[in-house]
Amino acid sequence: MIWNDHETMPREELRALQLERLQKLVARVYDKVPYYRGKMDKVGVKPKDIRTLEDIRLLPFTTKEDLRQNYPFGLFTVPMDEIVRLHASSGTTGKPTVVGYTKEDIKLWAGLMARSLSAAGVTSKDIIQNAYGYGLFTGGLGAHYGAEELGATVIPISGGQTKRQITIMRDFGSTVLLSTPSYAMNLAEVMIESGVDPADLPLRVGVFGAEPWSEGMRHDLEKRLRIKAIDIYGLSEIIGPGVAVECIEEQKGLHIFEDHFLPEIVDQNTFEPLPMGETGELVFTTLTKTAFPVIRYRTKDISRLSDTLCSCGRTMLRMPKVSGRTDDMLIIRGVNVFPSQIEQVLMSIEGVEPHYLIIVDRQGAMDTMEVQVEVSENIFSDEIKDMVSITKRIQADIKDLIGSTCKITMVEPKTIKRSEGKAQRVIDKRKI
Amino acid sequence: MQVEQIAIFLENRAGRLAEITSTLAENGINIRALSLADTADFGILRLIVNDIDKACQILKDHGFTVGKTEVLVVEVPDQPGGLAGALSAVNNAQLNIEYMYAFSQRSGESGLIIFRFDDQEAAAKVFQKAGMRILNGEEVYAI
Repeated sequence: MIWNDHETMPREELRALQLERLQKLVARVYDKVPYYRGKMDKVGVKPKDIRTLEDIRLLPFTTKEDLRQNYPFGLFTVPMDEIVRLHASSGTTGKPTVVGYTKEDIKLWAGLMARSLSAAGVTSKDIIQNAYGYGLFTGGLGAHYGAEELGATVIPISGGQTKRQITIMRDFGSTVLLSTPSYAMNLAEVMIESGVDPADLPLRVGVFGAEPWSEGMRHDLEKRLRIKAIDIYGLSEIIGPGVAVECIEEQKGLHIFEDHFLPEIVDQNTFEPLPMGETGELVFTTLTKTAFPVIRYRTKDISRLSDTLCSCGRTMLRMPKVSGRTDDMLIIRGVNVFPSQIEQVLMSIEGVEPHYLIIVDRQGAMDTMEVQVEVSENIFSDEIKDMVSITKRIQADIKDLIGSTCKITMVEPKTIKRSEGKAQRVIDKRKI
Repeated sequence: MQVEQIAIFLENRAGRLAEITSTLAENGINIRALSLADTADFGILRLIVNDIDKACQILKDHGFTVGKTEVLVVEVPDQPGGLAGALSAVNNAQLNIEYMYAFSQRSGESGLIIFRFDDQEAAAKVFQKAGMRILNGEEVYAI
């Protein structure tokens, strides 16, 4: 369901609105944030130079490194007494990045998240089990406020405690699950093990995000949990969840809420803007956020933009499921591979379980890749030749994808660690 | 006529085989016959036990991947040429053996050969025609 009129705005009107907001934003950050002013002065751009939407290309990019240099509050545009909330990234790859919100920002975010849930077919009648982690991570609270804004009933269960999740899901009659896709898979598995048939539960929609997942994983989740699985996209540096979402009508590409976030796609290496439809790194400018606006933030997420009209009536551009992050991209003997592509190969083979681990190593000067796959009863045979033929098939399909032969190791069930939030799919021993 | 066998997937990891046998022992399961097929990376353990349903359940509960398969158990004389006779019957009928293993009962009496063919029924007929006895499940489980 359409939540906000802006979602169906004619594109010319939308572009006019975007330009007006962009000009205001650039003027404001130039005035309020010395760091941005310094970067713009360095390339000789003034706010008045932004005359069309395309002029955004004159502005310098913002990267995670910029955020770190200004740790913790250097890029905020308002004094701390106007900040009502802080979130932060986990900081696994360095200093965490900190984001701040004013009261207005929180309201804006709740509205965008309500929009997202509404696009996923969720209404005020739904009982939402919010299994995104609550805390510094934006997922839990972001989804929570949106669900309340929508008027639905929220169960703020957070992540983990899988058996308890299932008991509550059954006893409270949850109709919607919000979680990472890998955690939803863990839930589905434990459900079957504990004798709960998903068909007996009123659960009907899952809104999954915060990590890349394949189309194959979507089909598997839909089948196992008997739900519609909707992809949602967001990142804390932009606002959190609620930047883009699929509509339940088509489930084909995520509508970007362009009235608040201006998307661009740039070449991964040259950072030159790419034409509509080409694949590259997603870049966002926040048009309306107050406390912590970002200009041309390089997300490191790989996708593309599509202006094909959608049957749901939304006029906003769509981006296909993010295939991966440039950070997660593996370069195996010079070929770029995303874990989600390996996942797609595995999920396209009947009976293969959605639990896998990619181990990359180097022997001499040669990269090696091993993919561990769990042996389920569906692919197990008492004959060696059948088992070997499955590993050969996986090997051949992956070779088609990356051009080199990897080792497939069949492992016993449950030996690959189950996700409680964001799944770890890759162990890269080359970095050690 | 056919006998049920359990197959268990084994990762190539120290102690896995011992875990299976001790798990079965603790639950009073007696192993009648056993074979282990192995590759460099994994193995398949095939067992004939006294209580197949119970054994399957116990192993599943312990997190093993198990499967049931039907095999033919054929009695051959425990003397030189006993196995050769059975195999030449198989060969003459141009049957494909997927795998086989053997065990003998009290030495000098009879040997039992466990076969898995691509066509089990055709194989059963060949053995019957050759006058060889095929054991049924109850007989084998109770050995």
